[in-house]
Amino acid sequence: MRVAPWHQTNWDWRAAANFMCGGSGTGLMLFALFATDTPATYRVMATLAMVLVAAGLSCVWLEIGRPWRALNVFRHPQTSWMTREGMVAPFYFGCGAIAVWVGGGEGIFPILAAALGLLFLYCQGRILTASKGIPAWREPKIIALVISTGFVEGAGLAALIFTVMPGDTPRWLAILLLGALILRRLAWTRYKDALTQKGAPKKALDVLLGFGVGFDKFGQLLPGILILGSLLFGDGTGAMIALAGLVAFGSGWSLKFTIVARAAFNQGFALPVLPIRGQGKEMPGVKPGWSK
Amino acid sequence: MTRYIMTADLRRCIGCQTCTASCRQTNATPPDVQWRSVIDVESGEYPDVRRSFIPVGCQHCGDPPCMHVCPTTATYQRDDGLVEIDYDKCIGCGYCAVACPYQARHITHRVSFAYGDTPMASEEARLDPRRTSVATKCTFCMDRVDAAKVNGLTPGVDPEVTPACVNSCIAGVLAFGDKQDPDSNVSKLLAETQHFRMHEELGTDPGFYYIWDKK
Repeated sequence: MRVAPWHQTNWDWRAAANFMCGGSGTGLMLFALFATDTPATYRVMATLAMVLVAAGLSCVWLEIGRPWRALNVFRHPQTSWMTREGMVAPFYFGCGAIAVWVGGGEGIFPILAAALGLLFLYCQGRILTASKGIPAWREPKIIALVISTGFVEGAGLAALIFTVMPGDTPRWLAILLLGALILRRLAWTRYKDALTQKGAPKKALDVLLGFGVGFDKFGQLLPGILILGSLLFGDGTGAMIALAGLVAFGSGWSLKFTIVARAAFNQGFALPVLPIRGQGKEMPGVKPGWSK
Repeated sequence: MTRYIMTADLRRCIGCQTCTASCRQTNATPPDVQWRSVIDVESGEYPDVRRSFIPVGCQHCGDPPCMHVCPTTATYQRDDGLVEIDYDKCIGCGYCAVACPYQARHITHRVSFAYGDTPMASEEARLDPRRTSVATKCTFCMDRVDAAKVNGLTPGVDPEVTPACVNSCIAGVLAFGDKQDPDSNVSKLLAETQHFRMHEELGTDPGFYYIWDKK
């Protein structure tokens, strides 16, 4: 049996897909609130938001070993964030479906659907932090990262949809997307710094820091430049904002895939002190494969 | 209140893996699953190099993260401290496996045997289909511990009601008993030795104590 942390094998791309689709769907449901006065656009956004969350949950369903017992997932709301995520989902879909049916408007259901989406997103962050066996997931600062990247993906998708749908893209959407990017940048930096300072499996850090180089340039800086360019030299709408949205959305997915599917090295084993045999002297412990 | 724990005297362990073999024989685990393992840790630099052998497996934590995250309540904690799995409730989501910092949980999605697809008679006789595609782990030989309540024997003292790995250990490394009983073998061992628990900083209150020196 190995001693240093190795990559866990229980959650693969299907689990990652739940976080990717879940974040995008709930983020989009939030930004769909800004389209409630244009029923056609709202319906497209809210429907896609529900399809994404459903797709993510379906991926998880495909991953579990006993899919026909899936309803057992609702049995432990007292402490399990997976149960809580599962319990939020039906209400999210219910409110979302009603909101789509009425076409947004000024009713309560679009707001309820967005709020439940945020709750779902928060549950996803807590699912990761409760995974004590995976150091890259249990870092509490991952919650802010999961939520902020959901905002980025939602705003990015909203920018894309506004561009292709009839009517004007609101100028403030570009500003909101830029704000979400800044939030995600802060959350990502704090998450990385916390892992580095507290210590993590070296291989997990290698994956995350290696990914971070490209992510900072192409996932953060590039859409930021596109947005600023559009705001400074245009009207903050159009193809540049759509492209920024696409890049922001894609980078969010790659971030979550990296964290969930690639940086998921387990705790490994460690000895705080070595056993003393015979006349041997006390020696410091070992923690193989860790940065500190 | 009873709290069953296990101790491992690391000064004695020679890494023979008899406990591993005994566990597999007793619990009929599939070829790629070991509920009880012994890891071989090399440390130091030449010429002062050491090898340490560490029995690992489920630590039957007092505050088990696997139980808290389990969405189905399949993982539960008994009054005597044992953390167990109800195979009929488990959906095999693997959340407990990523929550366990001891890599103690296993999920196998297909039935496998020592020699390919054809089981030996003993494997066929002991195959438990309930354990496919659900989480499994060391039970501290729960059935034996439970038998103690019926026949009046003492786990950790009487072999019939003591986990198989403890019974089989040729070097007297492993011990099992009730930590709440000051007269139990494990309480006495812990009182007279220095020990640690693995990854204690994670707050799981593990029920597996590693003895590393005398007091």
